[in-house]
Amino acid sequence: MMDEQQLKFIEEKAKKLRQHIVKMVGAAGSGHPGGSLSAADILSYLFFKEMKVDPENPRWSERDRFVLSKGHAAPVLYAALAEKGFFPVEDLSSLRKINSHLQGHPDMKKTPGVEMSTGSLGTGFSATIGMALAAKLDKKDYRIFVMLGDGEVQEGQVWEAAMAASHYKLDNLIAVLDYNGLQIDGNINDVLSPEPLNEKWRAFGWEVIEIDGHNLEEIHMAFTKANEIKDKPVMIIAKTIKGKGVSFMENEAGWHGTAPKPEEVEKALLELQ
Amino acid sequence: MEKMATRDAYGKALVELGKINKDVVVLDADLSGSTKTAGFAKEFPERFFNMGIAEQNLMGTAAGFAASGKIPFASTFAIFACGRAYDQIRNTIGYPKLNVKIAASHAGLTVGEDGGSHQMLEDISLMRTIPGMTVIVPADGVETKQAIFAASEHQGPVYIRLGRPSIPIIFDDRYKFEIGKASLLKEGKDVAIIATGIMVAEALEAAKELEAQGIEAAVLNISTIKPLDKEAIIQIAQKTGAVVTAEEHNIIGGLGSAVAEVLVENYPVPMERIGVQDTFGESGKPDELLEKYGLKAKNIIGACQKVLNRK
Repeated sequence: MMDEQQLKFIEEKAKKLRQHIVKMVGAAGSGHPGGSLSAADILSYLFFKEMKVDPENPRWSERDRFVLSKGHAAPVLYAALAEKGFFPVEDLSSLRKINSHLQGHPDMKKTPGVEMSTGSLGTGFSATIGMALAAKLDKKDYRIFVMLGDGEVQEGQVWEAAMAASHYKLDNLIAVLDYNGLQIDGNINDVLSPEPLNEKWRAFGWEVIEIDGHNLEEIHMAFTKANEIKDKPVMIIAKTIKGKGVSFMENEAGWHGTAPKPEEVEKALLELQ
Repeated sequence: MEKMATRDAYGKALVELGKINKDVVVLDADLSGSTKTAGFAKEFPERFFNMGIAEQNLMGTAAGFAASGKIPFASTFAIFACGRAYDQIRNTIGYPKLNVKIAASHAGLTVGEDGGSHQMLEDISLMRTIPGMTVIVPADGVETKQAIFAASEHQGPVYIRLGRPSIPIIFDDRYKFEIGKASLLKEGKDVAIIATGIMVAEALEAAKELEAQGIEAAVLNISTIKPLDKEAIIQIAQKTGAVVTAEEHNIIGGLGSAVAEVLVENYPVPMERIGVQDTFGESGKPDELLEKYGLKAKNIIGACQKVLNRK
């Protein structure tokens, strides 16, 4: 259990992240709000409770690494990095604009705190295999966190990486699957079902923990348990709601990659107070 | 004549490199016996990672190693490296300019009997269009060894093209390879043969025979396709006024195209290109294939005579 104060703090930060997401995607006029909002609680927990990072020294060698393999959810990552202090919150309004360090998809060369350039699905996940192997080779105890989208696991590369992670017993790698159930063309089970997900990951040698990805207590329990697992990687399958927190975006595939209009931003922000 | 496959030189160089640089890690995709990374695997098992037959993950994992301060050499056949994992090389290695060395063996027709599905003839083209990618095609074992060491010291992504068959040793110990520097192997005033990889030995043979015909052909070895030694190319074009390129690659997008790009903008001269004429390969012995697809010294000689008529 987390204490009440801590829980409140992470909750408040998650709300802030959601406000940033809606505002920055609205200002950009394009981007991916749905899958950013679904991941806000988990990123809030990771950046404000779980991970050792130092915004003053983004390349600190002992830091925990977070890779957003579902790179299109860049807004939630940028919101978390800005709130954590990696760069000014004001920068968020430059998302997707010319000369901005906040690219449409994460760019490790441009944005402090971004650990891997992602966007082509499946690629970030493989990079975390290399990071986890390097940490083991150097006998370092930092951990590697990676978030995948549910649609992303349709990529074959994901399963190549999944096989490698268990083969090399990467217990310093903790993955989260943002299972919001929707992809661009609609319901994931209509487009190309990835189910049974739990059994698939287990069959690939992973420890699987299933949670409600919006329940901070469950998120806390999952990471606490994940840290104790030895000799294999952990997959936290987090059931989430695409567009979570903004009523008119929730569970609507259309909000995968559509920016809210100014009046919609206003309406959304009222709900996110 | 002493012979050695560039992949063998690579394997030996890796072991030497592993001894002096502890940051070097090697990844392979179930082909370590063929790419010759097996020697490193035996010597430094803790720094060797077999990623199985999963080239996309091979490249992505190498990127993760590089992001963690390691110097990964990722090896498989050129067809799988550049074909199967192009997106991973482009987006996870090239785009973030990560310090990954892609050492791809079995490039070109000389794979031989495995046939067209395995004969990578488009890799130079694919790799040189990736911004920031250094592309090296060694001409022999001596150059390969030096190129591997140079690649390990270079900060940024490098593609090194290696071959399967034993090829003549061209260079002696005095040779000094430098990334981005062409080497003039033979002086000549009538025509310049600009070659890369296994075609350098053919070019030297062609130049020798041309000499008997009273034609003085210069031979320029371009082992770094990118960044290209533009000055050396312009200079030799100025000196000879006629150029023939030779490569074991599709004539589209490879050395010939790169040289043409330089000359057309700086010093246009009549030019002929020896290479695979925009087709796939097939099964056969390496020498039979080089013969059938027009990649022998005699073809270079023919191209030289043709280009001289256009002067």
